[in-house]
Amino acid sequence: MNTITKVEHTEHHGPAAGISRWFYTTNHKDIGTLYLWFSFAMFLTGGCMALMIRAELFQPGLQLIQPDFFNQMTTMHGLIMVFGAVMPAFVGLANWMLPMMVGAPDMALPRMNNWSFWILPFAFAMMLSTLFMDGGAPNFGWTFYAPLSTTYAPPSVTYFIFAVHMMGISSIMGAINIIATILNMRAPGMTMMKLPLFVWTWLITAFLLIAVMPVLAGVVTMMLMDIHFGTSFFNAAGGGDPVLFQHVFWFFGHPEVYIMILPAFGIVSEIIPTFARKRLFGYSSMVYATSSIAFLSFIVWAHHMFTVGLPLMGELFFMYATMLIAVPTGVKVFNWVATMFRGSMTFETPMLFAIAFVVLFTIGGFSGLMLAIAPADFQYHDTYFVVAHFHYVLVPGAVFAIMAGVYYWLPKWTGHYYPETMGKVHFWCSFVGVNLTFFPMHFIGLAGMPRRIPDYALQFADFNMIASIGAFIFGFSQLIFLVLIIKTIRGGSPATSEVWDEPTGLEWTVPSPAPYHTFTTPPEVK
Amino acid sequence: MKPIDSAQQKNRSIVRTLLFSCVLMFGFGFALVPLYDVFCRITGLNGKVTNTGPVVPEGSDKNRSVRVQMIAVNNESMPWAFRALSPVVTVYPGESKHAAYLAHNPTAQRMVAQAIPSVSPSEAAQYLHKVNCFCFDRQPLDSLETREMPLVFVIDPKLPDHISTVTLSYTLFDITTTQVAETSTSPNPSKPNSIGRNTL
Repeated sequence: MNTITKVEHTEHHGPAAGISRWFYTTNHKDIGTLYLWFSFAMFLTGGCMALMIRAELFQPGLQLIQPDFFNQMTTMHGLIMVFGAVMPAFVGLANWMLPMMVGAPDMALPRMNNWSFWILPFAFAMMLSTLFMDGGAPNFGWTFYAPLSTTYAPPSVTYFIFAVHMMGISSIMGAINIIATILNMRAPGMTMMKLPLFVWTWLITAFLLIAVMPVLAGVVTMMLMDIHFGTSFFNAAGGGDPVLFQHVFWFFGHPEVYIMILPAFGIVSEIIPTFARKRLFGYSSMVYATSSIAFLSFIVWAHHMFTVGLPLMGELFFMYATMLIAVPTGVKVFNWVATMFRGSMTFETPMLFAIAFVVLFTIGGFSGLMLAIAPADFQYHDTYFVVAHFHYVLVPGAVFAIMAGVYYWLPKWTGHYYPETMGKVHFWCSFVGVNLTFFPMHFIGLAGMPRRIPDYALQFADFNMIASIGAFIFGFSQLIFLVLIIKTIRGGSPATSEVWDEPTGLEWTVPSPAPYHTFTTPPEVK
Repeated sequence: MKPIDSAQQKNRSIVRTLLFSCVLMFGFGFALVPLYDVFCRITGLNGKVTNTGPVVPEGSDKNRSVRVQMIAVNNESMPWAFRALSPVVTVYPGESKHAAYLAHNPTAQRMVAQAIPSVSPSEAAQYLHKVNCFCFDRQPLDSLETREMPLVFVIDPKLPDHISTVTLSYTLFDITTTQVAETSTSPNPSKPNSIGRNTL
């Protein structure tokens, strides 16, 4: 009798067998895994598109693809990387780690969690299907400025609009879930100012998502109405204004870029103290800096539109407000450096990615400051300098932080240490590839090469060739990452429950691999 | 069971608040449309000309002259030939000035157009008074007809000193189809689509 109840007990609590486990799961770890694999698939898809772009730009002239297809590639690359790779990766990490970090048994709303993931594959299937439609995929850039995306758009734009709606719903549900988990499910004694920074940054990110994803839904709905229902939100002939589109879009778009970087700040703030073997320098200043960045993100949107003909006062306001963001960001960078200062540092792969993040993200931050100078921006606007800037904050910024996080927590997820040498090879290939790709773009941008073009003047040829070689190095080195992850899941030396050298955080108090259910009775936090 | 119930209660109220904020922000996105218009009207941005109709003649200020550049723009697929008779005129502030645009309809149909003005720099918009303008009315032109479209304006002597050039731009919109819909009960389907939009 006793044994029978025990068997029933474990069966009830373990993962379901077979493929249906992944469809019906409400377990935060399963859903986190789904998010991460989905994000990785999208990262490779968007990466292939990037390589097509770089292959075409390897030499001046048109060699491989037609200009219209080139435009489809730049558009889809941007959309997939932003909404398909970076955002779901952060949600995946949040799903895996937040409940364990706050000492909760699961996310607050597990069934909604399942739904918010399973919307995504359908949204992206719809988005990718436009590539095979008459008139081709969206070709108006990831910022989909009207009237390019309304009056002059290919017919597939409607599918794009509904795909964006679905992604928005998914993100909003994810954000609601994260806020509810953090506010309601903390273990006793886990006060707000004891939360790990990854939790804090995600809490703030989730509020940003709640605030701006509906605005994105609103702007695509306006497009839909302009295209099909004869309204004139953005159509000058009917009394609308195309510049209005840019205002509404960037009201979403600027907080969106912080949505993609704040969780990265959190991950790096977890990793650096572990490998510097010191407490994080300035914990509360980190929290306040993150909050100020989030607040400022709402009042700087027009710095993306300095050249539309803003009044002088507007240019000045948005210029100074933008520069103000450098202050809290600087606080964070100095805190990371101060954490490393006189620490007994070791350089395992997560730490390498985290240090590269600090250095390269700062380069991206500085080029951002250059772009913030309104009079100078008239020269830089829509050149490769802008491309260099946002790729520096997104690739060695957000993407490196995600990779750092994966390396950091992979032993906790799988119960095995990853092969360290292979991880280091992956890091160095990525590091060299990223810089080779994006650093020359600063120069060709300052020299005046416009973005989103399939052909360019001869004087840009050498730097473009270097960038293309770098892109292929970076792209193919991600296959090392894929192999490493599969190898680590399959086997490897068993990880201890602490994994690293005395890391802080509740996630290190559970065994590795983390059991299917953790903290069914809440831990006591002192 | 009590603690779980209260946790569920708390979750529910958080979900409700956050969903409500989402609806609110969705509405806010749409509220930006009128807000944008109101903001432009209050600040005088966007170069929209609001001063129209007769003005009390004041003495013209002969010590100062202002260049007025006149620009003609055709919206999207508008086929008319449209240009200012003299692209640049020099006026004294306070002086009432006559100018004209020339429009020609090269198509085989009778068409109706409406011109929308815009002033740059936008700061100057409130100092440009239009006494009479072809942009006040809808302008019908028969096939192959050419017409001079008159314009009478006054630059306010209060125009700030640092502005020495004012650009007045007219964008010509084809409103033939909306005219047909408004004036006749049986709209003529053979009329070309004014906006020329490629939809699904």
